[in-house]
Amino acid sequence: MKEYETVIGLEVHVELATKTKIFCGCSTAFGGAPNTHTCPVCTGMPGSLPVLNRKVVEYAASVGLATHCEITRYGRFDRKNYFYPDNPQNYQISQLYLPICRNGYVDIETPEGSRRVGIHEIHMEEDAGKLIHDDFLDCSLVDYNRSGVPLIETVSEPDMRSADDVIAYLEKLRMTIQYLGASDCKLQEGSMRADVNLSVREKGAEKLGTRAEMKNINSFRAIARAIDYERARQIDVLESGGSVVQETLRWDDTAGYTYPMRSKEDAKDYRYFPEPDLVPLVISDEFLDQLRQQMPEFREEKMERYRRSYDLTESEIEQITSARRMADLFEAVVDLGADPRETAKWLNGDILRLLKEEGKSANDVSLPPVYLAKLIQLVGAGTINRNTAKSVLEAIWKDPQDPEVYVQEHGLAIVPDNGALEKVIEEVIAANPKSVADWKSGKKKAVGFLVGQTMKAMKGKADPAAVNRMLSEKLARL
Amino acid sequence: MKITEYTARELSAAIRGGDMTVPEAVSGVLTEIRAKDKEVHAYVTVNEDDAMRQAENVQKRIEAGELTGPLAGVPVAVKDNICTNGLKTTCSSRMLGNFVPPYDAEAVTRMRQAGMVVFGKTNMDEFAMGSTTETSFFGPTKNPWNEEHVPGGSSGGSCAAVAAGEAVIAVGSDTGGSIRQPSSYCGVTGMKPTYGTVSRYGLIAYGSSLDQIGPVAKDVTDCALLLETIAGHDRKDSTSIARKDTDFSERLSAASEADLAGMRIGLPRDYYGDGLDEEVRKVMEDAAAMLRTRGAVVEPCDLGLVKYAIPAYYIIACAEASSNLERFDGVKYGYRAEDYEGLHDMYRKTRSQGFGPEVRRRIMLGSFVLSSGYYDAYYLKALRTKALIKAEFDKVFRDYDLILAPAAPTAAPKIGTSLQDPLKMYLSDIYTVSVNLAGLPGMTVPAGLTRDGLPVGAQLIGDCFAEEKIFRAALQLEKERGAFGRPAIFVKGA
Repeated sequence: MKEYETVIGLEVHVELATKTKIFCGCSTAFGGAPNTHTCPVCTGMPGSLPVLNRKVVEYAASVGLATHCEITRYGRFDRKNYFYPDNPQNYQISQLYLPICRNGYVDIETPEGSRRVGIHEIHMEEDAGKLIHDDFLDCSLVDYNRSGVPLIETVSEPDMRSADDVIAYLEKLRMTIQYLGASDCKLQEGSMRADVNLSVREKGAEKLGTRAEMKNINSFRAIARAIDYERARQIDVLESGGSVVQETLRWDDTAGYTYPMRSKEDAKDYRYFPEPDLVPLVISDEFLDQLRQQMPEFREEKMERYRRSYDLTESEIEQITSARRMADLFEAVVDLGADPRETAKWLNGDILRLLKEEGKSANDVSLPPVYLAKLIQLVGAGTINRNTAKSVLEAIWKDPQDPEVYVQEHGLAIVPDNGALEKVIEEVIAANPKSVADWKSGKKKAVGFLVGQTMKAMKGKADPAAVNRMLSEKLARL
Repeated sequence: MKITEYTARELSAAIRGGDMTVPEAVSGVLTEIRAKDKEVHAYVTVNEDDAMRQAENVQKRIEAGELTGPLAGVPVAVKDNICTNGLKTTCSSRMLGNFVPPYDAEAVTRMRQAGMVVFGKTNMDEFAMGSTTETSFFGPTKNPWNEEHVPGGSSGGSCAAVAAGEAVIAVGSDTGGSIRQPSSYCGVTGMKPTYGTVSRYGLIAYGSSLDQIGPVAKDVTDCALLLETIAGHDRKDSTSIARKDTDFSERLSAASEADLAGMRIGLPRDYYGDGLDEEVRKVMEDAAAMLRTRGAVVEPCDLGLVKYAIPAYYIIACAEASSNLERFDGVKYGYRAEDYEGLHDMYRKTRSQGFGPEVRRRIMLGSFVLSSGYYDAYYLKALRTKALIKAEFDKVFRDYDLILAPAAPTAAPKIGTSLQDPLKMYLSDIYTVSVNLAGLPGMTVPAGLTRDGLPVGAQLIGDCFAEEKIFRAALQLEKERGAFGRPAIFVKGA
């Protein structure tokens, strides 16, 4: 068998985090009863007209600047015409001729070293509504709540060679956009969607092979599987003397194979032309300067700074910086005087766990930094022990409030009175002769049970380390 | 005196002065419609009950001193492609035969705010595509001057309503002459303002880059008053312009008799060549003479590229229309075919049955010129031609204040003679379409009658934002001309 090289380019759609839609004032919030986040504009009523949301331009241009693109200074929108009921006007307002960003790149890290992936263009467009088939009534219904939600589509050059490259590229793009605050980039929820263009060619060949496009694959794992499958399929076709057909495929993640998609319109002639309802988009120097000034510290820079400034492990740094909001929280808590290592442990431990339990991601964290800082200080000062702190965190997580006040109101502070503790320990020793005997016979682990019993009797208001110390002393003296 | 004998400003003054009430004014117009519209068929929809309710409400607000404007209390007829909240808006098409908009067009909002009463919707060529109002799904409108003739189009209903005394004032829309040409045929005064002057929000689009809403009235001053009522920047329309000079009526009332002294008016040679009907030519010569009498210098000038305007216009308008009309698909509102199998069959049948032949023709034409492989040769070339035509006008306006042109090569043709030869019908738009391509303002003022008693209007064209100059010249032309006659039906007893 000949040796083949896989060539992959990506088209990535990202839903922007604007509060309102791209061409009207309707909310972009998820959920809501069908057709409640709608108006004459986003339902394609006769006579309605689009008005461009300036924030969309800001986000799109920022992503372009962050990915080293040229920004189109005199741009336009175009209409892409096709009939489908999820598209209320039967044309989508998009950009074909003069996309807002062109000729950029991102650098990705691969096992073979750094690789540069070119960005052909980034353009702005509107999302479509959602079709729902009602089997009971045997009819199709349309929900236009998503119609008009702003998207940017980032089209890469065919510069990727493997699933690893693709995932590194997507991760890089996701981090960049997320750090800009332009989108939360969630593949599962569809706020980031990737179409994979894949072809194979004999190793060393100049000419690109015929590509197939795989649509809307919604996890990194699925992308890797789909790429492996499609690469093998195309090589099989070529090896058996056939030729690859240029077509659009859908990846079935459960069955693990691709199959041709039914096209939305019979003929693929979108009859693009400049959108006459919108005026040309002129981007000024001042506008770009402002965006440049607003550029955040991106992940790589942040990781580098953390390595220099904090005594954290590489994996802690990776964890914290994997979500902009997490890193922001970390920095805010540390700025309030909390110990960086302690802060990192809380973030990567209990806080991630709480987020996961709620089905949220690291970028959804919304705990006020001052509460976490206080919680860490309470533990540091010995006012509460770590276990109490965990339950306090859970309480203030559900119902945000000052942990200091919470500890006070619930009487959770460690009792510094050693007399009380000593009395309880003596009672515990008296009540548990078997454990004491075990301890004496060398089973030193038995002390753990006694510590537990003491803590229970103290209702948690004791420092386990102090309990352990005092218990060991008493036992040794018996 | 009949209600419809008043000009709009006279009617409002009478109401505000307490000589008449708004319900009286509105019911006066409704009475005229009842008496005449079976013959003229200027209206698609009239909602009498709602009109009377609005009238009472406006009356109260006038009495309370909330409404004091010069058109307060005046009933206005609205072309049926301009959305009116709660009032059927059909574009004279089967496709929207049952469509009741949930919102008002911006122009309608502004008229309501000025205290005008929106009582009915006027007939038009289907989706504004046509020059005769014969392509209406609901049947043609008749020319009030001679019912065997068309009123012109596409705002034929609005112009016929004003001419017949079935409306005091009206609004129309103009994509390639749809206000100016029927104004000429019906002997009324109508203006298409500079592109961007009136918000297009709520105007059901035909050719988005060409469409403008404008007034249709009995005289120049009413036109100026209505235009300043509906003009103004609107954030909902990105192509709308913030102008500070829209107090047209005030500027006009300051005009003196000697207003035209030194004004230079050009007569483009290519507009007065072959193809111009001799009777129309005679009326135009008279109009030129009247303007000279009032002090203007009126002389031939050169305007280039005249013959390219029609192909450029039909390519651009149809291309935009083919896309604008895609939303009419039977899914969300309007007509849906009864029997179909599957989505594509539903689309095909709905659109084949819902649109008339002229609309289908223009959708096909527009889809063709946007198709890959033809886009550069047709659409892109037409856009370039559009820019060159604008440059030709710029050249003329370096030397001249205004252009005087016919609005159409002939007076109103007979009903049934135009649609058999669409190409010939398209060619008759020669004097109007280039104004839309260049985004300019243009106005038609009744200037004379043919031997058969059909009106002929003179068109004044200005540079962008030169409405004030047009109004001033038009007013002097109107004064020099004297009272314009009325069709027999106007005075017909109600």
